[in-house]
Formats: sequence, structure tokens, C-alpha cells
Amino acid sequence: MSMNTQGRPTGTGSAAAAATGSSLLPDEPLLFEIGDTEHSGVDLPEVTVGDDFLGGFRRETPLDLPGLTEPEAMRHYVRLSRLNYSIDSGMYPLGSCTMKHNPRLNEKLARLPGFADIHPLQPVSTVQGALAMMDELAHWLMTLTNTAAVALTPKAGAHGEMCGMMAIRAAHAARGQGHRNVVLVPESAHGTNPATAAFLGYAVRAIPARADGTVDAEAVKAALDPDVAAIMLTNPNTCGLFEPQIIDIARAVHEAGAYFYCDGANFNAIMGVVRPGDLGIDAMHINLHKTFSTPHGGGGPGAGPVVLSAALAPFAPVPFVRKGEGPLALVEHAEGHHLGRITAFNGQMGMYVRALTYMLSHGGDGLAQAARDAVLNANYVKARLGQVFSVPFAAAGPCMHEALFDDSFLEGTGVTTLDFAKALIDEGFHPMTMYFPLVVHGAMLVEPTESESRQTLDQFCDVMLDLAKDARAGNAPRFTSAPTRAPRRRLDETRAARQPRLKWERPDPLPQAAE
Amino acid sequence: MRYLPHSPAERADMLAVIGAASPEALFAAVPAAARLAKPLDLPAHSPEFLVEAHMKALAARNHAAADGPFFVGAGAYRHHVPATVDHLIQRSEWLTAYTPYQPEVSQGTLQMLFEFQTQVAHLTGMEVANASMYDGSTATAEAVLMARRLTRKDKVILSGGLHPHYRDVVSTYLDNSESLIRLPASPEGQGDILNQIDDDTAAIVIQTPDVFGHLRDVEKAAEAIHAKGGLLVVVVTEVVSLGLLEAPGALGADIVVCEGQSIGNALNFGGPYVGLMATRKDFIRQMPGRLCGETVDADGKRGFVLTLSTREQHIRREKATSNICTNSGLCALAFSIHLGLLGEAGLTRLARLNHARAVALAKALRAVPGVELLNNSFFNEMTIRLPVPAAPVVELLAKAGILAGVPVSRLVPDDPKVENLVVLAATELTTDADIEMLADCLKEALQ
Repeated sequence: MSMNTQGRPTGTGSAAAAATGSSLLPDEPLLFEIGDTEHSGVDLPEVTVGDDFLGGFRRETPLDLPGLTEPEAMRHYVRLSRLNYSIDSGMYPLGSCTMKHNPRLNEKLARLPGFADIHPLQPVSTVQGALAMMDELAHWLMTLTNTAAVALTPKAGAHGEMCGMMAIRAAHAARGQGHRNVVLVPESAHGTNPATAAFLGYAVRAIPARADGTVDAEAVKAALDPDVAAIMLTNPNTCGLFEPQIIDIARAVHEAGAYFYCDGANFNAIMGVVRPGDLGIDAMHINLHKTFSTPHGGGGPGAGPVVLSAALAPFAPVPFVRKGEGPLALVEHAEGHHLGRITAFNGQMGMYVRALTYMLSHGGDGLAQAARDAVLNANYVKARLGQVFSVPFAAAGPCMHEALFDDSFLEGTGVTTLDFAKALIDEGFHPMTMYFPLVVHGAMLVEPTESESRQTLDQFCDVMLDLAKDARAGNAPRFTSAPTRAPRRRLDETRAARQPRLKWERPDPLPQAAE
Repeated sequence: MRYLPHSPAERADMLAVIGAASPEALFAAVPAAARLAKPLDLPAHSPEFLVEAHMKALAARNHAAADGPFFVGAGAYRHHVPATVDHLIQRSEWLTAYTPYQPEVSQGTLQMLFEFQTQVAHLTGMEVANASMYDGSTATAEAVLMARRLTRKDKVILSGGLHPHYRDVVSTYLDNSESLIRLPASPEGQGDILNQIDDDTAAIVIQTPDVFGHLRDVEKAAEAIHAKGGLLVVVVTEVVSLGLLEAPGALGADIVVCEGQSIGNALNFGGPYVGLMATRKDFIRQMPGRLCGETVDADGKRGFVLTLSTREQHIRREKATSNICTNSGLCALAFSIHLGLLGEAGLTRLARLNHARAVALAKALRAVPGVELLNNSFFNEMTIRLPVPAAPVVELLAKAGILAGVPVSRLVPDDPKVENLVVLAATELTTDADIEMLADCLKEALQ
């Protein structure tokens, strides 16, 4: 039987229980292998409770939850954390993800008791500051986009898409156009776009991309018919390009009686520089966790407020803040055309505080400069790498905030986009987005964001160029065996899917030796 | 600008490398009509101390739960979160990591999710759990959709004890479909939900403890729905209750969804929270959301990856089980650390303590003339009937610094049957002095 670092047994026969790494990068056993059901890191008084009010439902099934004392917990989670890459430790050039710096002032202010320690159902008279904060955030979002309203409550980008598309569905129903059952989605769209349309019962009609990576207004016009409810278009698009015909597309969509949903995942390229409302959009979600610096947290929580045009504003979901004479009101029950709730309470309040803090820090001028720097950085990477890496849509001119490459520079090397990305890990960088957008073969989408200094961009470009040279020099094993310097080498995903092990199982006890 | 590394000279150098004449040249593709003629009418950038002062002034206009006696619950609960939890989740490697799509450099997040899934499975008594959802309400809507996919039936019955906001969310997700039966909110009992089950019923959704605090008979509901070939969705909004009350999985639940906020997460005016979803092993391919699974790396070492992604939007696009993309990673981490600190021993003690505080609260409320306690059973929350409409009383007590619970009329407007009702919660943070002050002020307000 092995022992944990505190000398407690860790269960029998577990292959992973022993720490085999160095003290700087240890392998950490599972919580279930180091804790036990007796230990606890929380001191609480012991009380006995009778059965009078328990209705006969007292728990008999063991919880079987291991506990750790505080020092053990600290070590477990600190050690685990060190197996992660993070923005604070290095550049995260993930296209479409906008991995920018997360200011710590945001974290500090989100924890003020006046924001963190208030309940969504306490009297509205006791949360006037919270409603004012939400109203101020709404003002910034509407001003930056030139739109009439914003639904703050969506919990994430995909949830915002769902909310915006529900508003579109409701608007059609209110106009007697409920039969419209088709949504146009360009092939370059994020997966969430077609998924959202289908989730709401729409048929998805794909719009092919033009040879230059943008959407053809004529192709959209050809696809528009009386069954079309909306188009879902990303701008700047997922190839990193501003859609040059977007105003024409919006006009055609509106003339056909449909609405224009814009995926705002790439808003970071244009905030403070271009207002989507001026392009003719009807709804657009804004990922506060991308554009407005709230942390990604290893996969959420995000926040996806949706701005709405005047045509869609009456269809926003409840709850929302209403300004009038006197105190701010919270409208909690749908009246008129308003959608019902899409989440139980007021959305991602903690993220609102962080996003507004970020906006106030940058100011309108700073946000525009951040967008310009994001675009500058992407074009700088494209310029430095473009001689060696293949740029699929070079003719389109400058890119926006992300630079797209394809895998033709790897032809004949035996190295795939995936191999190349994994080799980047060994050089200390997180890989770029791979194989997306789907319209490009072996895509590599690099989004440096405005947070990276020129020095870091140069280091990244030097590494990229060195890797490309090595791949073309025939050193395929450096790539196919990568990564070798990460906490793990490549993981067997097929095995994980074929024989799913989705939770820890107590190992079978070893046979007891005869006494 | 403190967040932007470039100096003007560096910007100019970089433009030269690019071969662009000006910063504006990079925006050449933007139609002229869409370019802003002048800067937006927004405040200019601001030093840290001024931003802090502005936000603190807004925060100061709110009555924080810690400012006085506090009895508000109804789906979000004020519990103590150990300092260790908040310290750990602010570590750079947790806070500023992306979704673990590159497993070789994301083993921290992935192993944590694997531990989280195991914790949720054990807590709910189910075979598998996913890596979390946005919150309890959206998880409930997703559970309903999942049950419809699994049974290939349409009709879904929501119990009258389900949190009214959750009912609204399910209705919105289902576009107020006629196949969705919403039983009226009833403080007295489960209503006739079991009689409404027929062969077309995909699922019934019951909450326990329900929104009025009553404990519900999960086993009986499971028998009734299973007899007709449907599924039982059990909702738990106060997840600490599972430290004292029987696991829904042991009573026949097919899908269990919980609001996990109570463990590790602050009230935050409603979010971010963390939805838990657990189910039977056979149903995993219809379960929405991320799943983490165990595997090995090229050297045979144990490791973890996101798995069964063929259910998800980034692979399946319009054929995905849901459009959900993210989970609630950092809130799930807070949940997992807090539960890892508690362990079975701590959670059991915490749950008992909550119940004991609620028993003390019930006793004090019953002694107030004119107050009627409606519950025969509860965990840490209960409903009382006042002789007068409740909302003005709650408002009056708020003026005296006591947040006395949720008037049911706020959740279910325009229903005279619930106008006089208040839902109140007690937790380990509720003191005898708090309860005494509430009872005294309530007595005074009702005189």
C-alpha cells in the first residue's frame, strides 16, 4: 500500500498513486486516492438532529466523499494547477478565443461584498447599486454597438446565440411570420451557430465561402426566400477577415423579411472602431470572457449578453433593469412580447462587474486602441510568418485580429497541423487554433490579442519559423513525437471514447495473503 | 494605458514591417459608411484608484447579506466559503487557463473535472455526471430535452413545487410548447402530478426540497413514471441537503440536476453559478455538456481528456445534443475544492447544522402570533403564511436591516393564494440573535 505525502494510505494497487515526477512538476494522485471520509478541512460544530422534519428521507446511502485537511488540500490543488498552461504564464494564440490579459482589479472588485454577497431575490430597494451597475454596463455595450437594447442574462456565448435567435423567432411569430423555418449559416461559422439554429428547430442552409474567404452577397441573396428567418454571420469572420459586403448582405436580409444575427465572438477586432449597429445587425452576442477580459477559468463561466436592434428590443428576455422616475426597477415577469427567463436569475453578475471594470479602465479611447493593437499584432505575425507559412486569403489584404494559415507549407514533410501544434508546446507556447475554420485545409488560426508585447510576438514568430524550417528539413520525429516536455505526452483519445471511464472507481481489493 | 504593451515607436516599427502606411490602412476592408467619424461618447481611460472608487460607490449602495440578519433562499443560499477556496481559484493556472482542448498542458483542469464528476456522482447517487452546466435552471431545461430524446416522447410535467423561475426557463427553452404541463405552484403539496402521467409522458420533473421547502417522495414518483415508460428528473436547488437527505439516485431518479452554488460559490446576485447534471451510464450519449474521461498517454501514464465529443457542437454542429459550448469551470473548481475540504464527515456536519438552524427558525416563527408554518418537512427552508400580504412586510423588515426571505408573490405574481406567503431559509451562518431579531420585528410588524 502506498502512502500519500501526509503518510496516509492512498488505496491499494493504484498505478498512479506514486509521485513519479520531480518536486517541481509532480504527478498528483486523485483526491479519492489521498483523502478519506473521516478527514475534513472545515471545522464545524457537531450537532445531532431528530427525524421530526425529515419526512423519513434521511440519507442512508454513503456519501463516499473523501475529505482533505487544509494543508493537504492546498498542496493537492496547487500541484494540479501546475499541470496547466495559462495566460499568465505565456502566450495563448488561440484563434477565435481572444485570450487576452485578465486584469486583477476586475477580480478584486467582483469580490466586494456589495456585489458578491447580495442575493438575486432580496428586495429591489436593497440592490439599487447592483441595478445601476448593470445599467451602466448596458450603456457601454449599447454605445459600443449602436443598438437599442441589450439582454444581459445569457450565461455564455452559445446561450447568447440561443437568446438572440429566440428573440428573432418571437419577432417573426408576432408578425405572423412564424412559418419561417430556415436559417442561413456560412460554412466558416463557429459550430455553435448551426447547433443553436437546430436547437431551436430551424433547418440550416449552408452558404459557401468565396475563394477570398468572405461571404458572397450574391450567394446570400440567392439563398433568401420567404422561408428564411435569419442569417447567422460572424463578423469579422472566422478567417480573420472583415466581411466587405456586410452592409449589402444586411440590406438584402431585411428586404427578404429576415433578421441578421451577428456572432460577436470576434468583436475584439473592432470595438470602439466600428459599431455593428451601423452595419445593420439585429442581434449580436458579446463574449465578455473574450472581448472584455473576464477570465476563461479553464472553461467557464463565460457571459454572453446580446445587443438587440429596435426591431428586436421588445422581445428581450426577463429579467431586465428599467429606468424611470425614482428608483431603478427590475422587471421580473414577461409582459407583452418579452421572452420569459432563459436562466433563473440575473445572469453572470460577477462577470458584469469584471467587464465594466475593464471598460472603465480602458475608457472609450483605450478600447479602440486595444482593438487597433489586436489587429496590428495579428498583421505583424502574418507579415513575419507569411514568407514561409501559406496564407490562404492573402489577396484579401490585411487581416483583422487573427491571422489564418493553412498546411500547404507542410506538404510532403509527413508533419500534420496537429503535429506542428504539439511541437509548439515543447517550445513553451500554447498551440494556435487548429483545423478551424473548416473552409481551409489544415487551418492554423493565430490570435495574438493586444496583450502581447512585440518581444513576445517576435519570440513566437522565431519559434514558428524555426519549426517550419525543421519540418521542411525532414525532421518529422520532432513533430510526430511531440510533446515530450509537457506534463503528459499525447493522450489516447480513442481509448477514452471507446471505454469511457468518467469517474474514479474504487480498485478491487488485493487478495489477502494467508496468515 | 496599463494593459497595452506597445509604445508609439513600436507601433510605427511594426506597421513598417507589415508594410502598412497607417493604422487605418489595416481597416481598409471596412466599408466607408461603417467607419466612425468621431470617437464614441464614452469616458476616457482611468487610473486604477478611480475605477475602484467608482465601483466601490456602486457596491456601497447595496445591502450585503452580511450586513444584518439574512433569511433569503429560494434557489440561492448564503453559506460560508473557506478562505482556501477563493485563494486557490485565483491562482493564475486555474483562473487564466482556457478550456482544456490541449490535454497535454491542461491536466490540472482535466483531473479536477474528473474528480468533480466523481464527487457529483457520489453526492447524487448516480452512475455518471458531466463537467457542469451554466446553472441549475438551464441544467433542468437541458434535462427535460434529454429525457425527450431518450424516450422519443414529448409530454413533460413540471411539478408545482419546482422553482417558478426554473419553470419559466424550461418553458422558454421549449417555446411554451403545448406538450409541457406546468402544474400550478402549490405550497400545500405535490398536487396531482402522479395522476397526470400517461403513456405519452417523457418525463416528470420534481424538486426536493421543493421551492416551499417541503421534502418530496422521490421513490413514489419514480415508480409512477417508470410504470408508464417515462423518466424521472429530480431537481435539487440546495445541494447541501444531500448531506442529510437520501440520494435521488438511490430512490430511482433517472436524471438529477442541481444548483451547485451552495458549495464553494458566493451569492453574486444570481451568477455565475454551477449546474450539476448526473444520470445513468446508459444515457451518457444523450447527455449534453462536456465530459472528462480517463485514458493513458503515449508513455502509458494515466491522463485525462475531454471525451465523447461527438455529442457536442464543435464536432457535430447542427446534429449536436445541445448548443452548449462552455461549462462553468471555475465555479466547478470552487465547488470541488470546497467539497474536497468538507469530505463526507464535513458535509454531513454542515447539513445537520443547517437543518438544526432551520428547526430553531421554525420554532421561533411558530411562536409569532398570526404566523402559520406550512411545512411538515423541510431541510433548511420553509414557508410561512402571514395574516396580511407578505411583500410589504418583507419590505418593512428590510428597512429595519433584516432580509426576511422571499415573498412568494415575487415568484408567482397575481395569485391571491400565495400573496401572504414568505419562504425563509436558515444556514450555518444564521445565529440565534438573527432569529430572535427576526421574530421580534415580525411580531411588531404584524401587530
